[in-house]
Amino acid sequence: MLKFIIRRVAWTIPVILLVIFMTFLMMRQIKGNPFQVTERAVNEATQRTLDRKFHLDQPWYIQYAYYVKGVFTANLGPSLVQRDRDVNDVIKDHFPVSLKLGGLAMLWAVLVGIPLGIIAALKQNTKLDYAVMAVVNAGYALPNFLIATVLIYLFAVKWREHTPFPTNGWGGWETWVLPAAALGHAPMTFFARIVRGSMLETLQQDYIRTAKAKGLRWRRVVGLHVLRNSLIPAVTAAAPLLGFLITGSFIVEFVFGIPGIGRYFVNSVTARDYSVTMGITILLSMIIIFANLLVDILYGYLDPRTRDVRT
Amino acid sequence: MALLEVEDLRTYFKTREGEVRAVDGVSFSLEHSKMLGIVGESGCGKSVTVLSIMGLVQTPGRVVGGSAVFQGRDLVQLKGRELEDVRGHEIGMIFQDPMTSLNPTLTIGTQLTETLRRHLGMNKDQARKRAVELLEEVHIPNAARRLDDYPHRYSGGMRQRVMIAIAISCNPKLLIADEPTTALDVTVQAGVLDLLHELRSIHEMGVIIITHDMGVVAETADDIIVMYAGQIVEQATALDLFDRPEHPYTEALLEALPQVEGEGIREGRLRSISGRPPDLLDPPPACRFAPRCAYAGQDDCATVPPDLREIRPGHWVRSSHPTSERAAAPVGAR
Ligand SMILES: Nc1ncnc2c1ncn2[C@@H]1O[C@H](COP(=O)(O)OP(=O)(O)OP(=O)(O)O)[C@@H](O)[C@H]1O
Ligand SMILES: [Mg+2]
Repeated sequence: MLKFIIRRVAWTIPVILLVIFMTFLMMRQIKGNPFQVTERAVNEATQRTLDRKFHLDQPWYIQYAYYVKGVFTANLGPSLVQRDRDVNDVIKDHFPVSLKLGGLAMLWAVLVGIPLGIIAALKQNTKLDYAVMAVVNAGYALPNFLIATVLIYLFAVKWREHTPFPTNGWGGWETWVLPAAALGHAPMTFFARIVRGSMLETLQQDYIRTAKAKGLRWRRVVGLHVLRNSLIPAVTAAAPLLGFLITGSFIVEFVFGIPGIGRYFVNSVTARDYSVTMGITILLSMIIIFANLLVDILYGYLDPRTRDVRT
Repeated sequence: MALLEVEDLRTYFKTREGEVRAVDGVSFSLEHSKMLGIVGESGCGKSVTVLSIMGLVQTPGRVVGGSAVFQGRDLVQLKGRELEDVRGHEIGMIFQDPMTSLNPTLTIGTQLTETLRRHLGMNKDQARKRAVELLEEVHIPNAARRLDDYPHRYSGGMRQRVMIAIAISCNPKLLIADEPTTALDVTVQAGVLDLLHELRSIHEMGVIIITHDMGVVAETADDIIVMYAGQIVEQATALDLFDRPEHPYTEALLEALPQVEGEGIREGRLRSISGRPPDLLDPPPACRFAPRCAYAGQDDCATVPPDLREIRPGHWVRSSHPTSERAAAPVGAR
């Protein structure tokens, strides 16, 4: 297992290099130069100094090498638009907020979605199952800005006397609940569906019949034999989801006025703040790579067959 | 008192198309330490019969009638938790496909010890020690080292040995084996069968063995039941059944077997005999074998259901045209 983990971690390095390269390449495809944007045009001597300072006079692979060095030494360069601010500052200020929001949303999705899926599967074709799945399916179709708006309307406006939730902002726990629920709702329904489906499939397996034939208590049959196998698909799906929740919370951040990185990312694109765009892109890619790494390790833990295949 | 006394067992599946009578009035009894073979074509209800005894029939199936009295208790009437105490403890069971019968995500050790801990109240160390002994008993080499392996590291034959080890781990009085060798490589089938017989005599277990392969039961079973379309059509001691089969279906099954040279015993697989078993949703009204029977004539076969009757002591048959009452040649040959 340790060998498997080491191998798997080692594999992420070329992947990260590739991601940096692709981001770098894409940014280079954008015509022009940030210092020549009309209203902030500089004279030629200044331009040359700037070119030298940012290695723009060097061939692309040298620039790439500098950038890779920057990434690995956690120095993503200055913001091109905001004076006196580094990309690092931007990330330091806004990323923790998104990380927390995404993490809380994931927690919501897992803690609510998985039990709902389990209950629905164990009570298959009963009223309870139908009720759970009706809510889940209806919820699945609703976009999260709509859910965010409804939540704000209900909890922060209509029942404002009875609930502690504000309409927007980011501070104590009461400001986290509504955004996390709004963001976590879609993945929650996703988990409920996927867990229900895989539970039903697992319950039909021969080894479950064996477990029953051994006289194990139903609690153990479900809690160990069924659950362990039915959580595998959920775990596999969780990685991209977690990445998506941390990186894709732009809309929810916007609706709730949360100073997260998603919002800042979009701003950087419209402001042509290339170094910020690149920095955030790479950060978010790394999160997704890391989430996948985590899932592979978890997967190896849950499904021993994969360990042998890959080591 | 018999070890297991099954009486008029009925298990029906409620499907959209109607009621499938998978087991339709099966009765038999098994004495202590005896071996009973159940044979018959695919779909005749062999598995559902034993699953009904174990309380393992899946929805939409349900035991709708009859009883299965095991050591004085009717398993059909037992509550879920009481039945759980019997399963794996007093009755062990192994299944057809060892490749899918073990949980792929748990070690062999876990799957062995959980039964011991559940039924015998052993602690972790005791259970592990016993598990190693059990693996040795089913002839797994390097048992101690292989305890922490996952099933995918075991071959099919070894997995079936593990299944057997689990089934016998609590010293059950009854072992049910549902086609234990069908899914195995031919080269390892004999080994697994030998192991079953070895353990059976050591542990003095009663055994019910289901098979397609007459050769499996010919030499070793004490009694044999032939099933057809959810019913028992013939029941006798193995010797009498192979020597003097009475039911036309049994005859056809035995005739379809290749004769092994130099041996008196018939061996081999059940070949398909002409025609197909009836649809259990809508079986023939009287004799279920009549449409395929070479002797079914203009008489009662299509109108009066034949009873299972004792044609001679210990030999039961459900047919109006058993061999020993037959003078004429088959209808078709006339
Ligand atoms: N889930 C189900 N739904 C409907 N009918 C079923 C179901 N399971 C089994 N049956 C019916 O029960 C009958 C007997 O099945 P069973 O598995 O006992 O056959 P078998 O004799 O063990 O055959 P095989 O040799 O193929 O294992 C089948 O013909 C089928 O019609
Ligand atoms: Mg079967």
